[in-house]
Amino acid sequence: MKPRLKLLWLQGVTCNGNTHSFLNYPHLSYILETFEFLYHPLLPSTYTLEEISTCAHECDILVFEGAYDPRMERVGTSLERVVHHYGNHARYIIAAGSCASFGGMFKHSDPEHITGLGFDEKEPKGPFVKNSKLINLSGCPIHPEWMGYTLRMIADNKPISIDELHRPKELYSYLAHHGCTRNEYFEWKVDSDHFGTKEGCLFYKQGCRGPMTHASCNKILWNDVSSKTRAGSPCFGCTEPDFPRTNMFETKTNMSIPQDVPVGISKRSYLTMAGIAKSFHIPRLEKRLIDDNT
Amino acid sequence: MKSVPEKTANTKKEDRKTSIMQTALKLFSTEGFYTTTMPAIAQKLGMSVGNFYNYFSSKDQLAKELMLYISTVLGDKLREINMTDVSVKEKITMIVHMYFSIARERPELIEYFLRVFLSNREIFTKECTGMVCVSGFVTELMLFFDDGVQRGELKNQDFFSALGLFMGYLGGMVFLNGEEVLPHPLSEYETAIAENIYNALRKQ
Ligand code: SF4
Ligand code: SF4
Repeated sequence: MKPRLKLLWLQGVTCNGNTHSFLNYPHLSYILETFEFLYHPLLPSTYTLEEISTCAHECDILVFEGAYDPRMERVGTSLERVVHHYGNHARYIIAAGSCASFGGMFKHSDPEHITGLGFDEKEPKGPFVKNSKLINLSGCPIHPEWMGYTLRMIADNKPISIDELHRPKELYSYLAHHGCTRNEYFEWKVDSDHFGTKEGCLFYKQGCRGPMTHASCNKILWNDVSSKTRAGSPCFGCTEPDFPRTNMFETKTNMSIPQDVPVGISKRSYLTMAGIAKSFHIPRLEKRLIDDNT
Repeated sequence: MKSVPEKTANTKKEDRKTSIMQTALKLFSTEGFYTTTMPAIAQKLGMSVGNFYNYFSSKDQLAKELMLYISTVLGDKLREINMTDVSVKEKITMIVHMYFSIARERPELIEYFLRVFLSNREIFTKECTGMVCVSGFVTELMLFFDDGVQRGELKNQDFFSALGLFMGYLGGMVFLNGEEVLPHPLSEYETAIAENIYNALRKQ
């Protein structure tokens, strides 16, 4: 039997959301068979956090969850020392979630000092700047399948191609908008007045960031079932470096014109298309999708 | 030396189309839309009626293409202003000047918009609904307003409230000028009008 790869799951400033999300991975047993968990906050592990914090061991993969604050201590040892020790020896460093990737939510409590592992929002900053071993799995929280994909690629010794923000291209080249069941409403500019309905797009009135957000939520569904936008809640853009934004249930508009338009499309082109599409009334799209009273 | 390539059949047809549109615009805005017939336009151009229909299959189609043409002409001018690196206040002055210059030099463009497009909506409901025929111009106005708010110069308000204030004002002045109500030439009002528009739209 091949020796199992040694995986260490460390935490910085975190809410544990990624730990919990990953427990929903349907193939967790495969992960437990393939990797030896030196330490994980919830799963059975070889060592205690105290033993890990002595920096007397080495791992193949460092998974780091939460924002990075060098002043924080883990059982008496500075986080800076622990992270550098394990990160420098590891073959891969995986930032699990948006806080570990870009600073995320927790960065806002102390924007001066707190960062991600290699980025402060989209600026390079942190202990592993420009480090080719760093893989950012942004998301709040991460999708369990995204972590599963990354670990399986590593276990199978396959290369993981990453974008300029160190996110695996296979997962983050798509937009959350791709595959949303509301695409036809988006095309014809029929918007929903409320969230939670089956009908209508959430772009103009509910703050949906799907067309500006690199994420495969509507391709690799959550719990194999659904996604925020399919269920009728706007995408908050949680995989992007500027997450969290303010007023997330609102679309920022200037004189009724959306401030942000889909990635890579000029505002002039977008407004031209949108204005023309909006000129037509499509009764089918204005009706309830399922209406038992007709 | 390279020879100048001969115009292709397509460009020739397009040129001819544009000259037909210019004549039609003049006739529609002076004689009225309903009283001007397709044979009358053909006659003015020295064309046979049959040949004329090769360019425009119906009067409604001609009416639609004219609106698209005007919107493109105005939209192109507005786009140039939008791309200029000056303050929003200066842009308003430039837009007012541009609009009044067109009203002076090519009055048929504005006349058609005000007296045919806005006054005979029944002709345009089918193929020119909503933004379809005016998108070239309206899109540029949207970009102008959006930029104004982003730069913190204009108040963030409903698009149509701002559009009505801006274009309604300009259209109204051109209309009064056409009716010969104004004691002075339009150009003399430009500065005051631009100032009024800016004051009405700016962030307080
Ligand atoms: S709800 Fe959001 S993701 Fe879905 S189609 Fe509309 S903009 Fe795109
Ligand atoms: S839909 Fe948007 S906010 Fe929701 S998880 Fe996906 S990227 Fe994050």
